[in-house]
Order: sequence, then C-alpha cells, then structure tokens
Amino acid sequence: MYKIFLLIVGFQISIFVQAQDMTALVMKVKAKLDQVNDYEADGNMKTDVSFIKAPVGKVKIYFKKPNKFRLKKEGGISLLPKGGVSVNMSSVIATNDFVALAAGESIVNGTTCKIVKLLPINEASEIVLTTLYIDEPNLLVRKAITTTKENGTYEMEMNYGVYAKYGLPEKVIFSFNTKDYKLPKGITLEFDDNEKALSDAQKLKNKKGRVEITYANYIINKGIADAIFVK
Amino acid sequence: MLTLIQIELYKIFRRPRTYIAFGAIAALILIIQFGLKLDGKSYSDFLMKDIGGSMVIDGNIINGYLLCYIMLQLLLVHVPLLVALIAADMISGEANMGTLRLLLSKPYSRTELLLAKFLAATVYTIMLLIWLAILALFLSMWIFGLGDLFLMKSSYVVLINQHDVFWRYAGAFVFAALAMVTVAALGFFLSIFAENSIGPIVATMSFIVFFTILSTLNIPIFNVLKPYLFTTHLISWKEFFDLKVNDANEAIIGSIQNPQRIITSALVLLLHIVGFVGGAIFIFNKKDVLS
Repeated sequence: MYKIFLLIVGFQISIFVQAQDMTALVMKVKAKLDQVNDYEADGNMKTDVSFIKAPVGKVKIYFKKPNKFRLKKEGGISLLPKGGVSVNMSSVIATNDFVALAAGESIVNGTTCKIVKLLPINEASEIVLTTLYIDEPNLLVRKAITTTKENGTYEMEMNYGVYAKYGLPEKVIFSFNTKDYKLPKGITLEFDDNEKALSDAQKLKNKKGRVEITYANYIINKGIADAIFVK
Repeated sequence: MLTLIQIELYKIFRRPRTYIAFGAIAALILIIQFGLKLDGKSYSDFLMKDIGGSMVIDGNIINGYLLCYIMLQLLLVHVPLLVALIAADMISGEANMGTLRLLLSKPYSRTELLLAKFLAATVYTIMLLIWLAILALFLSMWIFGLGDLFLMKSSYVVLINQHDVFWRYAGAFVFAALAMVTVAALGFFLSIFAENSIGPIVATMSFIVFFTILSTLNIPIFNVLKPYLFTTHLISWKEFFDLKVNDANEAIIGSIQNPQRIITSALVLLLHIVGFVGGAIFIFNKKDVLS
C-alpha cells in the first residue's frame, strides 16, 4: 500500500517537474521573442477563403510590444480572420500567466518539435488553450494551435529564414474555420441568375480558410509610433 | 445626313423635358453621395455584418469606386425610363404635333430620316450616360477618394485592387451605353405606331418591366426564354466586376470571371438594336402617314 502511495506521489511529482520544464522552455522562447520590441516589415498576403475572391496583395506589417499589431495595405482594404488579427507569436505568448504542460513530440515540416499545451491562468482570457510545437534546439515555435472563446480554433504554421535569431518568421500560414456567408439578393441587388459564379463559389465551399503572409525587409527595434496602430 | 442628325439633336435639346433626365440623375446621385458622406460608416457596418462573423476588414470600403458601383446598380434599372422619355417620342412626337408629313416632304428618304432620328436618340442616350459617369464616378472619386473596390455579392465577396478598377468602369459604361441604346431602339420602334408620346413611353416601360420580371423569375419553364430576352443582358455590365480565380483561389488581377457572357450579351443587344431599328424602318417605309 505504501509502495503504491509512493508511486502515485512520484508520478504526480514527475508530471509537475515536466510541467515546470515546459514552462522553462516556453520562457526561453519568450525571452528570444522579447528581444524584439517592435518591428516593421513588408509582406505579401494571400487570402484563401471560400467566399472571398481577392488577389495577392502587398502589405506592411507593424508590431509593437506587448501585443500591438497592424497589417496595413497601402490605400487599400485587407481582410484578416477574426480573432487572428494578431498573427504573430509574440501576441500568443504575451503574458507569463500560463501553465505549460508537455504533450509529447511531433515532426513539423521535417523538424522534431516538443508539443507544449499552454493553459492561461487568467479565467477572463480570450484564449482557452494554445498548443505550441517548439523546435527546442533553435527555440522557435514552428506551429501553434489556439482555441479561443469567441472565434473558434485557428492554426499558425511558421517558416523561418534569416530572422530566426529574433524568432521572426519569413512565412506564416494561418488556418481557421470560416462561417457561412450569404447575403440576401435584395441587399446586393443581384437579381440575375449568376449560376456560373455560384458554382465556382460552391466548388470552394467547406474549405478551411487560409491566410498566408510572406515577410521581408524586417526593420527591428527602430521604434514605431503608436499612431500607426490606430485604425 | 449629318445635318439631319443636327436638326434632330436641336429638337431634342430644345425641349425642357430632355433636361428632366439630367436633373433626375444629378439629384439622385447627389443625395446618395450626401447621405454616404454623412453616414457612410453605418452603411458599411450594415453591409459588413454578415462577413464580420468570420473576417475583420481593415481599410475604408466606402470610396469613390464603391459608390459608383452602388449608383450604377440603382440607376441603371431606372435610366431606361429616362431614355424612353425621349426615344419613344421621336416619331410619335412629330405625329402628335402634326409635323410628320411635313418632315417627310423634305428631300430625304424615310430611311434616312428614321436613321437620323435614331442616331440623335442614341447621342442623347450616350450623353445621359456620360453625365452619369461624370457624377457617379468622377465626382465620387473626387469626394470619397480612391481605394480597392470591395463588392459583396450574394454568395461571395470580390476584392479588386484599386489599380485594376478604372478600366472595368470604362468597359461597364460602354456596355451600359449599348444596353441603353437597346432600350432607345425599342422605344423608337414603338413610337412609329402611335400618334401621341405617352403610349410608346408607357409601352416601352411595360415591355422592360414585363421582360425583367421574366428574366429574374427562377421558374424553370421561363429559363428557356431567358437567353433571348434583352432584359436578361441589360445587367451584364456587372460581369466586368467579377474576378477569375486560379486553382489556389487567388483572384487574377486584370481578369474577368465570365468574359464570354459579356460578348454574348453584347451580341444579343446588338441584334435587338438592329432588329428594332430595321423593323421600324421596314414598317415605316410601308406606312401610310396621315398626321
């Protein structure tokens, strides 16, 4: 009986220790990301949502600590998934109030990654759970799956290049579930029977939405005015 | 021939009723611009409420290009009435005033006279559309600025890069001119049968309303007729504002989703113009003119 008790206590301690280890790993990743106080980058944004016909657009991306993020299309209109406006890792792990639990290992794009489940301590947090796939040797988050209270689950996959030392990706693929889109013809004033266009939209229906941003020309820690983030 | 056209144009622009159309278009456009300038945010929020469930839109959707699209959608349904006011009066107006016989006594053939009258009605129609373009497009561009064109269709949305929009409007206005000239041709055709203007004007509008309802009704038995009704093709200018997408669902800049539909519609409308004007000339040449 005593041995069983010791075994259970030992198991609990090992889980606790493992959780502590993951917190340390996440904090190391966060420390790497924290080198960047602000950045500005050029980008190409591709929107792949079943009900949106949009060309690839040139965008300007701005970030400032702790979680100010703006994606701006010069003189134009940009469409981003709701809830995922802050498409960057610094926003995902912006606070220290989380519990990090180990959940095994997985391979993401040929890189072995530690899977870490991040649970926010603050009950008011919009994020319910974040799963990070961390490339431990390079301290880079290769993939993140975030479940939110209001906006469902979205997934980010990051590819890194020359700015990997700052933890900044050169490509982010953002996947999310889209809701149905339908406007009454009385509002759109489309009384014609546009069957061809409908079948095209239909063909793409039920597809998961994707936004792909390719980053270039990062300008890091040069200071960004707060006015940039005001819409 | 040119002299005849000039005389007919003089007759058209001498009448006060001609300017009703220009005034009505200006009033409608200015009131829409005024409303959207004051409360464009509420209008865009209303439009966005469905898409807002999934996406966040950054940027100003209420710009000159969108305004012009909204106004074309609203006005091109009603412009046929304004076109009919003049086109359906071209022959019947002369008959009503008792000047038709006098006109035919001039040293021109009936065909020449009819063609001159139709061309004058065409010039009026095109001028009406140029007026519409100046107010709806250029004035809106000046008041509201330029930007990407964000169009919400019933089952999808289209985002057109601002540098890819202007030529589409040029194409849309040329197409709209063809559509309105078809209406003018119908009014002109009907005007040879009456001796007062009201009849052909009302008849033209009745034909348009009747065929538009047939064109928009989704009853399978009428679907066979639709491709042959000119009203089905009047709104094909909208095709200029739909982009083609590639296999990766990227919209192709400079593309049109269904260019064949524009070509087919233009040909159908041209055939109607030739049919109405040819029919009018044929019947009028055989007609015993008594008024």
